[in-house]
Amino acid sequence: MTLRTDPVTINFGPHHPSTHGVFQMRITADGEVITNLEPVMGYLHRGCEKLSEGRTYTQVVPLTDRLDYLSPMSNNVACVLAAERLGDIPVPERAEYIRVIMAELQRLANHCAMTGFLLNDLGTFFTLFHYTMREREKILDLFEMTCGTRVTVSYMRPGGVLQDLPEEFLPRLRALLDEMPHRIDDYEALITQNEIVLARTKGVGVMSKELAIAAGCSGPMLRGSGVKWDIRKNDTYSIYDRFQFDIPVGTNGDVYDRYWVRIQEMRQSLRILEQAYRDIPQGEVRTRLPLFFRLPSGEAYGRIEAPKGELGFYLVSDGGIAPYRMHVRAPSFINLGVLRDLTVGYTVADAVITLGSVDIVLGEVDR
Amino acid sequence: MGLDTIGITYPTVPVQIGGGQAGQQPGPGLAFASTEALLAALELDKYEGQLVEELRLARRDPISDPSLWVMEEQVPVGFAEYAKNPVGNLVTWARRSSVWPLAFGLACCVFEMFSAALSRWDISRFGMEVFRASPRQADLIIISGTVTWKMAPVIKQVYDQMCEPKWVISMGSCANSGGPWASGYSTVPGVNRIIPVDVYVPGCPPRPDALLYGILMLHAKMKKEANRKRLPSVHV
Amino acid sequence: MTLLLNADEVAPRLRDRYPDAVLEAKGSSLLVRRERLLEVARFLRDTEGLDFDYPCMVTAVDWWDYFDVVYYLNSLTRNHSLYLKTRAYGRELPAVPSLVEVWRGCDFQEREVYDLMGIRFEGHPNLKRILLWEGFEGHPLRKDFIG
Repeated sequence: MTLRTDPVTINFGPHHPSTHGVFQMRITADGEVITNLEPVMGYLHRGCEKLSEGRTYTQVVPLTDRLDYLSPMSNNVACVLAAERLGDIPVPERAEYIRVIMAELQRLANHCAMTGFLLNDLGTFFTLFHYTMREREKILDLFEMTCGTRVTVSYMRPGGVLQDLPEEFLPRLRALLDEMPHRIDDYEALITQNEIVLARTKGVGVMSKELAIAAGCSGPMLRGSGVKWDIRKNDTYSIYDRFQFDIPVGTNGDVYDRYWVRIQEMRQSLRILEQAYRDIPQGEVRTRLPLFFRLPSGEAYGRIEAPKGELGFYLVSDGGIAPYRMHVRAPSFINLGVLRDLTVGYTVADAVITLGSVDIVLGEVDR
Repeated sequence: MGLDTIGITYPTVPVQIGGGQAGQQPGPGLAFASTEALLAALELDKYEGQLVEELRLARRDPISDPSLWVMEEQVPVGFAEYAKNPVGNLVTWARRSSVWPLAFGLACCVFEMFSAALSRWDISRFGMEVFRASPRQADLIIISGTVTWKMAPVIKQVYDQMCEPKWVISMGSCANSGGPWASGYSTVPGVNRIIPVDVYVPGCPPRPDALLYGILMLHAKMKKEANRKRLPSVHV
Repeated sequence: MTLLLNADEVAPRLRDRYPDAVLEAKGSSLLVRRERLLEVARFLRDTEGLDFDYPCMVTAVDWWDYFDVVYYLNSLTRNHSLYLKTRAYGRELPAVPSLVEVWRGCDFQEREVYDLMGIRFEGHPNLKRILLWEGFEGHPLRKDFIG
């Protein structure tokens, strides 16, 4: 006697504790096994691209803070990089070092938060999150010391950074660099050999190399599947060619590999920070530009390796003081294109973890 | 409504269940297993869009704030004041000492809310560390982040699902008035268009201490409400 | 460094294969006729030496008389990149072919361009609004949109 079953529609609605923001997944499941998943986004669409057409290039920078609100420094760097490429604006060397320090600190902060969320998604309610956020708070203190706010920094400008580092910054950075490797060891002790984490994340959300490349994935999603592609090495911007660091690459393309890649990226960021701390020169931090400066007409694409992936700003200018068109190539938005492929055939609980490993931030997905 | 209006030209293939092997090949982006499923999803989108448009047309003006501006001298202090309404004040003491917030974060402000909840700016000294996932179990909803018209019916539904007595803190510029995105085409200029707000916390984003100060003001408001019948929530 | 290819280097190979496809090859942008877009895209992906396997970005620009649909393509194996552009004319129903079957990554991005600019992508399996709600009138990123 065969059992008649009906498919079940589960709505992982926009308001949900595990969706990392206002994101909806309409899941059709046969029991617990997912047969179809439709991601629905746009609950945070605020019109960033349209608003940027009415603002000068400097006024666009605070808008970009709010895109990937877990790593605003990186967003700022990408935005001003596009403007500098279009206008051939020189950046002083100290400003470049400061940008690298801020970007790598931001990568540490972002991966701290996301590693904490991994165990959240697995079901331990905020246990590791407390520890990783403790480190994130120290990094946010460094940001606050430099530019006044913790989260929405607006620190970068076309031609440099807003203002110089205060005196207490480098000693505090030194203290953080001394302490951080031990903290990352603590996190690894909790995750890497934990048998529950291994059982629940190995073999889940597997993405093949070909799918990752054809779908335009970037960042730890791409590197977790075995593709060694990092914008800092392959399309070098700023002064990353002066630093020695490795690119961690996963093997299987499952959730565990992506988290392993993120932890290793944290260690490599510490390496870069050590070298930047040692080599940072004195000097100016900003090329003086007029208040309303014009960029020549044309187009430019400035991209960086943001913690989430490849963040790019496509800037089209018609010679005015404001962008004619600014498009944000958001890594989280494009990485979500493969969500359906990663979750069909797995259970609903695995879908939560897979979504967590894609590492989305809705400010970026919806812009 | 025919298939050509939504641009389908491919034959659709049913998805096979099992082990996640399906869909691994990088073929064309088939989003649905069958045409019926695709049309059903489109109908659902249209229904949700209709809800959004109705709400948007209905809410041209903000909901007027409940007229309880808290002045410091009007908050009861001292045993004599409390003794005037012992039962009410006892109930209020119990309510304000364990306000359970709803885990409701929209955008950037949510990370300042988390920071307020974690060990540095400990929110559990106010009895509030239990962020509930379900609105049925929550007393307080902290709207942290930009409210868009697409999200507005959801917020209204979640607010309606909360049980009385309930309070609303609007955290951040976006929830107060639309913030940096106020002139956008899809932003609600302030969450007080959708639900009545008790405390507005300004900032972009407000520091965790600012949110805690807002919570203290909410406690003061609750103390003040103990001695009078609470104004009914505006039924919207 | 990712080499931003000169469109003049790529255009001759395309002209050999599809004589009428290339309209303009200026800087690093290759402007192709929209009827030939799908074939040109397949050619760019499959040809030895070009190997554009990574769709980095899909967007559109509103130039009042026409819309520019811009595809920024990368090759991870060869580490070079190129802008592939096509034009869509008309304000009412501009349309271009969809490149979803060539590169999976164009799926969501083309839906976003449809949503915000109103350009239809023929052949897209699921072309509906993605960031705004169904029932929103207009396409916000157009230059004549009054919000």
